[in-house]
Amino acid sequence: MEKWKGFQGNVWKEEIDVRDFIMTNYSLYEGDEAFLEGPTEATKFLWKQVMSLSKLERERGGVLDMDTHIVSTITSHEPGYLDKDDEKIVGLQTDKPFKRSLQPFGGIRMAEVSAKAYGYEIDKEISSIFRDWRKTHNQGVFDAYTDEMRAARRSGIITGLPDAYGRGRIIGDYRRVALYGVDRLIAEKQKDLRNTGITTMSDDVIRAREELNEQIRALQDLKTMAQSYGFDISEPAFTAQEAFQWLYFGYLAAIKEQNGAAMSLGRTSTFLDIYIERDLNEGRITEKEAQEIVDHFIIKLRMVQFARTPEYNELFSGDPTWVTESIGGVSEDGRALVTKNSFRFLHTLTNLGPAPEPNLTVLWSTRLPEAFKRYCAKISIESSAIQYENDDIMRPEWGDDYGIACCVSAMRIGKQMQFFGARANLAKTLLYAINGGKDEKSKVQVGPNYEPITSDVLDYEEVMEKYDQMMEWLAGLYLNTLNVIHYMHDKYSYERLEMALHDTEILRTMATGIAGLSVAADSLSAIKYAVVTPIRDENGLAVDFNITGDFPKYGNNDDRVDRIAVDLVKRFMTKVKKHPAYRGAKHTTSVLTITSNVVYGKKTGSTPDGRKAGEPFAPGANPMHGRDTKGALASLCSVAKIPYSYCLDGISNTFSIIPSALGKSPEDQYQNLVGMLDGYVMKKGHHLNVNVFKRETLLDAMEHPEQYPQLTIRVSGYAVNFIKLTREQQLDVIHRTMHAMM
Amino acid sequence: MKKVIGRIHSTESLGSVDGPGIRFVVFMQGCVLRCQYCHNPDTWEVNKGIEVTADEILQEALSYKPFMDASGGGLTVSGGEPLMQIPFLIELFTKCKQQGIHTTIDTSGGVFSGDPHFIERLEVLLQVTDLVLLDLKQINNQKHQQLTGKSNEHILQMARFLSNHNQDMWIRHVLVPGISDDENDLQELGDFIATLKHVKKVEILPYHTMGVYKWEKLGLVYPLQDVKPPSIESIKQAEKYLHVESYN
Repeated sequence: MEKWKGFQGNVWKEEIDVRDFIMTNYSLYEGDEAFLEGPTEATKFLWKQVMSLSKLERERGGVLDMDTHIVSTITSHEPGYLDKDDEKIVGLQTDKPFKRSLQPFGGIRMAEVSAKAYGYEIDKEISSIFRDWRKTHNQGVFDAYTDEMRAARRSGIITGLPDAYGRGRIIGDYRRVALYGVDRLIAEKQKDLRNTGITTMSDDVIRAREELNEQIRALQDLKTMAQSYGFDISEPAFTAQEAFQWLYFGYLAAIKEQNGAAMSLGRTSTFLDIYIERDLNEGRITEKEAQEIVDHFIIKLRMVQFARTPEYNELFSGDPTWVTESIGGVSEDGRALVTKNSFRFLHTLTNLGPAPEPNLTVLWSTRLPEAFKRYCAKISIESSAIQYENDDIMRPEWGDDYGIACCVSAMRIGKQMQFFGARANLAKTLLYAINGGKDEKSKVQVGPNYEPITSDVLDYEEVMEKYDQMMEWLAGLYLNTLNVIHYMHDKYSYERLEMALHDTEILRTMATGIAGLSVAADSLSAIKYAVVTPIRDENGLAVDFNITGDFPKYGNNDDRVDRIAVDLVKRFMTKVKKHPAYRGAKHTTSVLTITSNVVYGKKTGSTPDGRKAGEPFAPGANPMHGRDTKGALASLCSVAKIPYSYCLDGISNTFSIIPSALGKSPEDQYQNLVGMLDGYVMKKGHHLNVNVFKRETLLDAMEHPEQYPQLTIRVSGYAVNFIKLTREQQLDVIHRTMHAMM
Repeated sequence: MKKVIGRIHSTESLGSVDGPGIRFVVFMQGCVLRCQYCHNPDTWEVNKGIEVTADEILQEALSYKPFMDASGGGLTVSGGEPLMQIPFLIELFTKCKQQGIHTTIDTSGGVFSGDPHFIERLEVLLQVTDLVLLDLKQINNQKHQQLTGKSNEHILQMARFLSNHNQDMWIRHVLVPGISDDENDLQELGDFIATLKHVKKVEILPYHTMGVYKWEKLGLVYPLQDVKPPSIESIKQAEKYLHVESYN
């Protein structure tokens, strides 16, 4: 085929196999960043426009424009542009930049509330269609929820469930659009359809046939959408610009139909580098033009937006979209997957300035080229916009063509999806164990009516026994709740385009999660090593605790308490696995809260570690603020002990350090940050958000937000524009441990 | 064998300024000097702190070994004055070297003496020491007495001793406006450093006020109340006098 001229290998030509194409064609780059080019005039012009629209949006209270009468589908809107003549990559979610689309399939109420919160009202006819005639995911879920599930949801022992919003965290293999063209993808799906259901028409087969036809229609719509922008994407892409454009169209179609919590991009930079290299070698473009295409592509990814409710923003603060792009890593045969395009993608943080999206994620390995490691450290220190994940522990699990969905969830691209399960509150569960299943806030019986603990001083053995029983109950309820949610999501809000860009046979994971790990671990440590006396209210419920004596705290590399944290994770995962998951999914769990650690804290009473009612939890697997007193590495080492094999959906750690604590000169700082990342990876730590800034900068940004339009910080698995956080969230970030050393 | 007990103030798992790379820093308890700008006055008292064995410290250090290896770092003993506890350091450093950990002493040289017994032990220690960070606070003896409460005579002797023993060292000078930034003194200090061998680096440490709160906590009066950190220009100037560039 003419479009594939110059590309090596055959396996990928005969079947859909993007990984094989990459492995046989990419050019490893081990040099430094000296080749990189600055922004072109067109790039500067476009970015200036985005910044001014962003300012206007902030001034209007967070939303600039919202569609209230067109239900968003792949083909619903006329083409939209930022500036048609200057854009190298085109395509918007609606017909105008910064106009949020209307997506009611997750739940009509959520769509209505989102609109109303910003002064809009959804077209009456649309509301009535979805209220009276077309059931949504949200309605489906609540039809099937039990009373117990509703109560657990209300009390916040399980929270953040995707029962009223899109589950997201599914990554279409958007590269397939560029490499194969849409016609080939349709043909492959038609072949699969013909091979499905030739024997018994079981539930599974019927569903599979219906889904495949949905997928094929989505692919046809994808072609139609590209056509409206003047591109025929039925054939493979030829130039680098086409490859970026084809890939972006695939992604755009996905976000036009799904406002999933996380709409991640995958692992595209090294794939796209192959096209750039071919163009460079054949004299079709210059390096300056290559960077311009990358910059314009990234501008589009920075513009992704969804309409969301204030409650949603409370959970996931700062308007995140998790357009996560995974960069780097090492192949199974030991070659680093670093190309010049890995540098170009990170270089957008310099050319366009820092930004939270796309969520740039470096798959770190000790075997990455030294020059690339140093460059990552340099850009991290300058932008605080990069997160790192341990390729050396993920590769054995997921191979070398996985990408990160959302924050820390690894999945083989195009071969695996997850059922996102938010998280269960382990700190609150401990209080339920002490209080016999009664909620410490509402005083309602939410958990099973077990015997409460009535002793004056808490006894470790007794607490553990009851805690274990309560966790057993929680695990079952939690998994069954997730089964309900994902059954309904598949039924009423199926991700037809994203799934069209997957193999037909895929691995599914049921991604449970844990919140409050450090609170629970410290509480148990306090009960074990200090004297903890509950203070009970008139109902006999422990609502506060007196602690006498000191106790080891998680975050100080102290095995006495770190082992408790490890044990909790193993216990929970073991219990979760006892319950079959919908569609035969593989059970996984994560220790990740995103920014919901604040909301979880609000919903949880005082805990035996000394944390007062309503105070935030630490985010993800982080130690509690200010309790990690033995320096940064001690804190990292505690978190690194949480075993990835039990938390295959990821273990999030957010780390903040002041620049001078990394070393005196910039070169010292780069070297030490590289050393820190290498060391963390060798200690088997999974994920690390790296923030390098001073507390004063954040305080000043709170006072003068207008002076910090691009101040980016990493929170928990994603980055945010600091000034877009609520004041409460801003204070939470400022109070977190910031490693300094004198 | 009788276990040697060390008395430490605390440890810091990520040290990045006391020696090369990422360092596990052990702050030893006890000091003979009473420097007016000391940022760790809580390490002065000899009888405070916590007691540890060399093995305990080693085990902790070993858990950070991957970070040390990846960054070219190691372990640094600081303080306080580490050389007040030489037997403990010998045991700790010997074990560190067996495990391939780079060892560094951050000292003011304040306890150095020509006493044969001291010299003998110091020589044993230097055999397991990769780097000494030597603080030269003031070349002018009178001013040194005023600043630290002690003469600088034996400190300079220690510098020569290290030089004669082919010990790699970094020389550090805390620059305090009005106290240790006099042009002539700096020039003289620069000349002195130039006579030493095996100086791998010379560093100016700009005076900062981040330790002042500790004085208040200890109920002590901070003597340099009105002194501000030095300006960028005066740091540059001092670097010139000490020929900082020629050592890098």
